[in-house]
Parts: sequence; structure tokens; C-alpha cells
Amino acid sequence: MAHTWRKVWKTFWRYKALFLMLVPGMVYLFINNYMPMFGLTIAFKDINYAKGIWRSDWIGLKNFEFLFISKDAWRITRNTILYNGVFIVLNTVMAIGVAILLNEVRKKFLARFYQSVLLLPYLISMVIVGYLVLALLNLENGFMNKVILPAFGIDPISWYTKPEYWPYILTIVNLWKNIGYLCIIYLAAIVGIDPEYYEAATIDGATKWQQIRSITVPLLMPTIIILTLLAIGRIFYADFGLFYQVPLNSGPLQPTTDVIDTYVYRALITLGDIGMSSAAGFYQSLVGFVLVLVSNLIVRLKDKDQALF
Amino acid sequence: MRSNDMNQTLVNIFFILASAACIFPFLLLFIASFSSEQSIIANGYSLFPSEFSLEAYKYLWSNFDSIGRSYGITVLITAVGTSAGLFISALLAYPLSRTDMPLKNTLSFIVFFTMLFNGGLVPTYLIYTEVFHIKNTLWALIIPGLLTNGFFILLIRTFFRNSIPKEIIESAYIDGASEFKIFFRIVMPLSLPILATIGLMLGIGYWNDWFNGLIYITDSKLFSLQNLLNRMLQNIQFLQQTNLDGRGQTANLPTNGVRMAMAVIGIVPILLLYPFFQKFFVKGLTIGAVKG
Repeated sequence: MAHTWRKVWKTFWRYKALFLMLVPGMVYLFINNYMPMFGLTIAFKDINYAKGIWRSDWIGLKNFEFLFISKDAWRITRNTILYNGVFIVLNTVMAIGVAILLNEVRKKFLARFYQSVLLLPYLISMVIVGYLVLALLNLENGFMNKVILPAFGIDPISWYTKPEYWPYILTIVNLWKNIGYLCIIYLAAIVGIDPEYYEAATIDGATKWQQIRSITVPLLMPTIIILTLLAIGRIFYADFGLFYQVPLNSGPLQPTTDVIDTYVYRALITLGDIGMSSAAGFYQSLVGFVLVLVSNLIVRLKDKDQALF
Repeated sequence: MRSNDMNQTLVNIFFILASAACIFPFLLLFIASFSSEQSIIANGYSLFPSEFSLEAYKYLWSNFDSIGRSYGITVLITAVGTSAGLFISALLAYPLSRTDMPLKNTLSFIVFFTMLFNGGLVPTYLIYTEVFHIKNTLWALIIPGLLTNGFFILLIRTFFRNSIPKEIIESAYIDGASEFKIFFRIVMPLSLPILATIGLMLGIGYWNDWFNGLIYITDSKLFSLQNLLNRMLQNIQFLQQTNLDGRGQTANLPTNGVRMAMAVIGIVPILLLYPFFQKFFVKGLTIGAVKG
């Protein structure tokens, strides 16, 4: 027994420098990621600041009762899943299409220029995007209301008070912001396809369209499946910036723009309702985790190398 | 080959339109920031304002205190956060990349598990504010969520594994170098590409962050640029919604053109640096994409 412990200590001492290197990063991950994980138990407590977090009372599932009795839970879940679902499908299809087209551009410097322009929206913050959308949708001064709509003879619309338009608006903004980034990833995959396939197909007389259908898409399938499954694994997590900044945190729009993330934020910061927000957050972390595990399992079954773990 | 030329033309037309659609909002922003307030009220934001003016920028200049300050804060946290984050990430990734490291699988799991499961906003917020008391301090803008994450560490570890030959490390051992010396004198200089890529991603993350400021900062002296922009944007909306009486234009209420000008100064640095780092960014993403 003592012999093994001595061995352990000896190994540790031999590698002490390397272990020392781990410390800063591990400490950070502990504080930033692991402590909050333990903090999920807050959802089962009735937090009283006077008593502090650790000594507040346990109240079991009471917070969850409140959350699920109200119609909020259904609304935010529905919004989150629907939006993310549409985002996944639309963004994937568009990104592949653009990547294929980009690959076709003959002058490489032009291709790089287009790619740079498409990537630009990805690099700016959501706050700026909020301003850009404001320039377009502002009631009195927006480009839409002052220029586009009058050209079609339509009256100005009060965009920021009408929830029904926002699924479309947010989808377009999300596409605009992310297409450049996704395109790069798919382009990397396309470039990896052996040109001999295409040469053989051209000799056989296949048209471009046929080549795309029978060569490009099937060979991209592994990448598409992986990325899509991983995205589905994250379907419970919305892009907080998109749903908070772009609608300008407007109350009337909440029926169609409130997602789990914005709900948790508002409940915590704006209303100070720790009970509801922690319950919703726990709900999100739990379901999100299960989904990530399941989707990763499926990826693993398909192709072991491609899985995250 | 004729059909090929036509295809080329079509493809190029598509991209010119797509590029125009991507750039259009930015153009609008720029031109609106140089439009006079009269022209905006009369004709709305437009690419062809009836009157050009520098009044928006003059107003910003007169507010140099708060704006300059927030710019300084942003630059500070970007510089500090990026360098600290890079340092910590590389330092953590290195032992994990060494094949002779004991417990490396368990340790790697601990690091990468954080990418799968998340405590969420509430516990994180409560821990940072109630346990560490970083509310309204500069730490709140540097530490939460941005310093490093499993993904960056994964990328760096992969790079170390694939691009640093074991022989170099072994021969340094034989020469009697210590682990830290090996790390700083040999491994780091060889790792400039990945450090540049991760550094870039960290930098952009810090520059664009508004979320930490939103939840942890209420003291206006500590607003980062994006945070300031955010407050101004929200403020306008709030005022519009509560329908103030005709006294809407208070002395502190930024006007339409000013809003646009503020956004412009928020993105100008990124736009200026973009040509330089674009290549790196694309390359980094492509490498990351291959990993999955």
C-alpha cells in the first residue's frame, strides 16, 4: 500500500512543473464553469439574501411548479425550439449553396473578396446589429418606412410593436450574421473533395447541376450531418444577443421573441425573481445536456472520429 | 465553354448582389451618421440624404469624456483579457498535449466537459456577485465567460500535438532544460499561428462584449464601448415607448444621427483592422472546422 502511494507521489513530483502549469486554467474553469454547475441547486432553494446562498431554505420543486404553471414555460420553449430549428435548416441549406457557388468562382481574388464581405457581419457585435436594424425599421425614420414601403404604396408599419413580423426579421438577421462563418466551414469541406470525381463526371457528360446533386452533396453529407446534429444538441440554447438586442428589448414583442435565455435574464436581472429564473435555467441546462449527449451519441454511432468525445 | 462563361457571369452577379445586401446596412449607417438631423427627420435614414453634416460627430466630440472613457475601458479589457486568456489557455493546453503526462485523460475530460454542460446564467451571476463581489469592478469585464473556454484549449492542444515534434522536446530534456524553459523558449515560439488565431478570437470577443457590462456593471464610469452603445440604444426605445410629452429632446437625449455616429465609432477599429486579420481568421476557422 505504502509502496503505491510512494509511486504516485514520485510521479507527481517528477511532473510537478506540468501540473503547476495546469493550475491557472483549472482554477478559472472551476470558478467559471464548475462552481455554477453546483449552483444549479439554487433552483431548489428559496434564496434569501440575508441568509446567503448556502444557508437559504430548500423548497424542493416549488420554483418549478410556478414556472410550469404559468404559460411562460410553453411559450419560451416553443419559441426557442422553433427559431433554432428554422435557423438550423435555413442556415445550413443557404451556407452549402453559397459555398458551392463560391467554389465555382473562377477568379480567386474575387472569391476571397466575396468571402470577406460575407464574413463581415459575423464580426460585429449584436449591439451594432441592433442599430443597423433600427436604421431600417425605425417608425419615423427607418429605411423601410421611408423608402421601401412607400415605393409599394404601403403605409408605414410600427415594426417594434407588432410581434408577428419578428420571426421573419430575426431569421433574416440571423442568416445575414452567420452565413459567412458557416460558409467557410462548408467551403473547407468542399475543397477537400477529390477533383477526379468531377473530371470523370464531366467526361461522362454530366451537367453542373447533376454533378452537384451526385457528387458534392453526397460527399458533404458527413459534414452536414455532424454539424446539424451538433446544432440540434444546442437547440435549447438561443443566441441571447439576437433576441435581446435586435428587438430592442421591446415588451409588446415578447410573445414571439422571448426565448429561454431572455426569459431567464429578465426574470433574474429585471424582476429579481431568482426562483423562476433559476428554475428556467436549470430546465435549460438539464434538457440541453441530455440533447447534447443524445446527439453526440448518434454522431458517435455513425462515425466515431467525428464525435466530440 | 460558352455555358461555362454564362455560369460564371451568373455566379458573379449573385455574389455582387449578396455582397451588396451584406454591405448595405453598413452603408446606411455610415451615411446616416454624416446626415444632418433635419434631413433624417424629413426623409428618414437614406443613402442619399438631402443634407450632409458633421453635427453628430461634433456632439460625440463634446461628450468626449464618457465616450473616450468607454473606448479606453474597451481597449484595456481587450488587451488584458486577450493576453491573459492566451497565456492561461496555452499553459493549460500544453500539459494536456504531452503524451507522457499522467492523468491527462481525466484532466482533459474535466476541461472539455465544460463544453457540454453549463450551470447557466443564474448560478454564474450569483457566484460572481455574491461570492466574489466583482460587481462594478473591472474584473467583471475580464473574467466571466470570456477568459478562456474548452473550445480554445482544444484547438491549442490539437496544434501542440500535431505541430510540435516530440523530438524537439526530448532533445531539450537531454540538454537539461526545465519544463517551463521548454514551454517558453521552444514551444511558444513555434506556436505563433495558433496563438494568433486564438488571440484574434479572444480579442474580438472582448471588443464586442456587452453582456458582462449589462449584468455586472451599473456604474457608468465602467461602461465599455459596446455597453455604452447598448444603454443608449435601449434608452431611446424606452423613451419612445413611454411616450414622453413634447419635451422628448432633452439635452442628454442623443438624436438620430448621433446614434448612427456612435455605432460607427464602435465598428471602425474592427473595419480598419479587418483586412489584416481576415486571412488569419478564415484559416483558423477552417482548421477548427476540420476538427469538427
